[in-house]
Amino acid sequence: MTDETLLLEMRNITKRFPGVVALDRVNLNVKRGEVHVLVGENGAGKSTLMKILTGAYSKDEGQIFFMGEELHVKNPREALDRGISMIYQETSLVPHLNVAENIYLGREPLFPSGWLNKSKQYDWAEKILKKLHLCFLPTTQITKLGIAQRRMVEIAKALSADSKIMIMDEPTAALTKAEIDELFSLISQLKKTGISVIYISHRLEEITEIGDRVTVLRDGQKISTNEISDVDILSLIRMMVGREVDETLYKKEDVKIGEECLRVEGLSRRGDLNDINFTVKKGEILGIAGLVGAGRTELVRAIVGADPIDRGKIFIEKKEVKIRSPHDAISAGIGFLPENRRDDGLALDLSVKDNITLANVTRFTRFGWISKSSENSESETYRKDLKIKCQQLNQSVKFLSGGNQQKILIARWLITNTKILICDEPTRGIDVGTKAEIFGLINQLAKKGVAVIMISSYLPEILTMSDRIMVMREGCITARFEKEDANQEKILHYATVG
Amino acid sequence: MNIKAFKKILINKRQSYILFFERLTPFFSLVIMFLILGFLSPYFFTLNNLLTIGIQVSVIAIMAIGQTFVIISAGIDLSVGSVLALSGIISAVLMRGGCPTSLAIIAGIGVGSFCGFINGFIITRGKIAPFIITLGMMGIARGLALIITGGNPVFGLPENFSFLGNGRIFGIPVPIIIMSIIVVIAYLFLSRHILGRYTYAIGSNVEAARLSGIDINRYNTAVYIISGMLAGIAGVLLTSRLVTGQPTAGTGYELDTIAAVVIGGASLMGGQGTIIGTIIGAFIMATLRNGCNLLNISAFWQLIIIGAVIILAVYYDQVRRRHSATLGG
Repeated sequence: MTDETLLLEMRNITKRFPGVVALDRVNLNVKRGEVHVLVGENGAGKSTLMKILTGAYSKDEGQIFFMGEELHVKNPREALDRGISMIYQETSLVPHLNVAENIYLGREPLFPSGWLNKSKQYDWAEKILKKLHLCFLPTTQITKLGIAQRRMVEIAKALSADSKIMIMDEPTAALTKAEIDELFSLISQLKKTGISVIYISHRLEEITEIGDRVTVLRDGQKISTNEISDVDILSLIRMMVGREVDETLYKKEDVKIGEECLRVEGLSRRGDLNDINFTVKKGEILGIAGLVGAGRTELVRAIVGADPIDRGKIFIEKKEVKIRSPHDAISAGIGFLPENRRDDGLALDLSVKDNITLANVTRFTRFGWISKSSENSESETYRKDLKIKCQQLNQSVKFLSGGNQQKILIARWLITNTKILICDEPTRGIDVGTKAEIFGLINQLAKKGVAVIMISSYLPEILTMSDRIMVMREGCITARFEKEDANQEKILHYATVG
Repeated sequence: MNIKAFKKILINKRQSYILFFERLTPFFSLVIMFLILGFLSPYFFTLNNLLTIGIQVSVIAIMAIGQTFVIISAGIDLSVGSVLALSGIISAVLMRGGCPTSLAIIAGIGVGSFCGFINGFIITRGKIAPFIITLGMMGIARGLALIITGGNPVFGLPENFSFLGNGRIFGIPVPIIIMSIIVVIAYLFLSRHILGRYTYAIGSNVEAARLSGIDINRYNTAVYIISGMLAGIAGVLLTSRLVTGQPTAGTGYELDTIAAVVIGGASLMGGQGTIIGTIIGAFIMATLRNGCNLLNISAFWQLIIIGAVIILAVYYDQVRRRHSATLGG
């Protein structure tokens, strides 16, 4: 019923999440023995599509055909049994077990009596390692292996499960050039045995090296599928970003840019950050662009003292400050809206009011005793100003929407008289209307002379909200732009290959 | 106003009612228990018996208040029973050695606080699980109490000392008065003092608290000092009531205090819990024991009953949590 050479065909896949269409009638087909590359910006729908394929998400519409039959899988386990396996970026190996035990985890060879057949397990594991030309023993504990080798073990695990198709999500992340070459030769071997690979990567230059065909996704839609030989990096970038920017929704207001407020010199941490230098002025918004894992979050967490640094100096209003903990950063006037509100921002059991005043309760205390009335009235002011929708200040923040939770965190820094506000993905998971409100608040702060650093993976946001833009890649700053000089193509170029 | 918004308000109303009643569940359980026991035993509702329950509950309740701080901060203190014994022994030995009563009392409480400080210090600086450190302290404090006394009770304590545990002021037993004062102070600290606010914040989300500039180590240590200090006070009180320093006093009390806190609605995951809840929890445990005694239920069966109540309370807590999670949508 389908083309003989096709291994997998996904037809008209649609997936909706509350408020967004994550995938809109997406088609994808993969041939036997090909490396099919999937590219797109953060949030383009790549991982959602793969999660549907492996059964981690259910699709709302569409059909999947695999080896000529329609496929219905309810969870990754079933997908694995059918021959679809996922090689995760974050390794899913159990660190304290050895290679063979990990390869056969959950599928251990047993004696008929139910006891583990260890010798068989090691024999099998050895065969697979040999087949992949991997030179470590099946008895090696995972903790003794490097990242590259761990990823190879994952591939061996997938192979042992008789996979027909392997999905690799950023398999070269954190690998050295030599390790990447090793991985690529492994992938070529897989191809020869008729196994197909869906290869997700942001590193456009390596795609041409390893891929056979490439599919571009953008904002939940399939843009195109091409033979690799028919495209180049520039055309790929153009397809990835080619959306119109809605400038009317939010825009940086013109404000007078003042004196230098924050200067970072030579900030470094081994493996994460490499000699970062930049300044932000009062009233200015500095956008930091880059792909997930480029070191943007690591950079701001280092500035706010959440993680240690190896080297580097931070100056606030031209005076050097030593920041060893978030406490020091707050005393120096730095506020931080973390990327992950629920894990790093909110105390979910606490009330709206308690969360607003968390970083600055001392303002309402005398000998440690909290003056509830002034705390309440001050919080109430912010609730009204920021239009935080909640029944009462004393209700727990647990049940509020993402937008309201973000406003509470913004209120936390407003109440603290912040000089520098660092926002890491400030609109993640927030609906369009509230987004505009959040940007309105950021604008207001800039107007008051606050220096703002904003990380966003959504380029239109960066382009419309920033005065200046800095692009990061692999822990380094790869480009700096004035607002007028920047566009999506340039930014993405420096974020992926620069 | 459209129907959807109206429905939402209704749901919110329902939510707040449900949450309100859920919070009162331990209290209602206590009331129901009182009624049943009053019905089964005519002696239960006599003033004498109620005061007995009050005296019996005071030692556990005082320790449980310290435990409440610790559990809200997402920790646990297994050492309180042993610290109680060590504190009691220290004051008893000092008094027998001729030290003034008041000084001996302060020394006892001081030793308890110091044990708490050690707990807190190692937990925060060494980043080691509270369970392990306080388990170690549980052994160490008990061992010290036994070594100091050679394993024997300390007799011959001064007359005036016994007033703390056995005296009455306006007819009210002193332990009940001391407990009440501590309840009020602890309640105020937890609800109106920065220490209480930070305790909840640390227990609810330690990373958010840290990123808000809260000195986690300092406040976490403070919480264990409070627990140790209150165990010390309970130790002095118990020693006074028995007019004897018992090195084996308070064995197993740590579990009673944890049970009281959990029955009172605190979460072992931290961030939730109240002083009032803990007191009700402590009263539920004491009333159960008292009722069982009045009804001539053997001590062996009492263990089973109390064990079952603890499991029920924690199970209910889990159900409640899942329930409120779904309410939140």
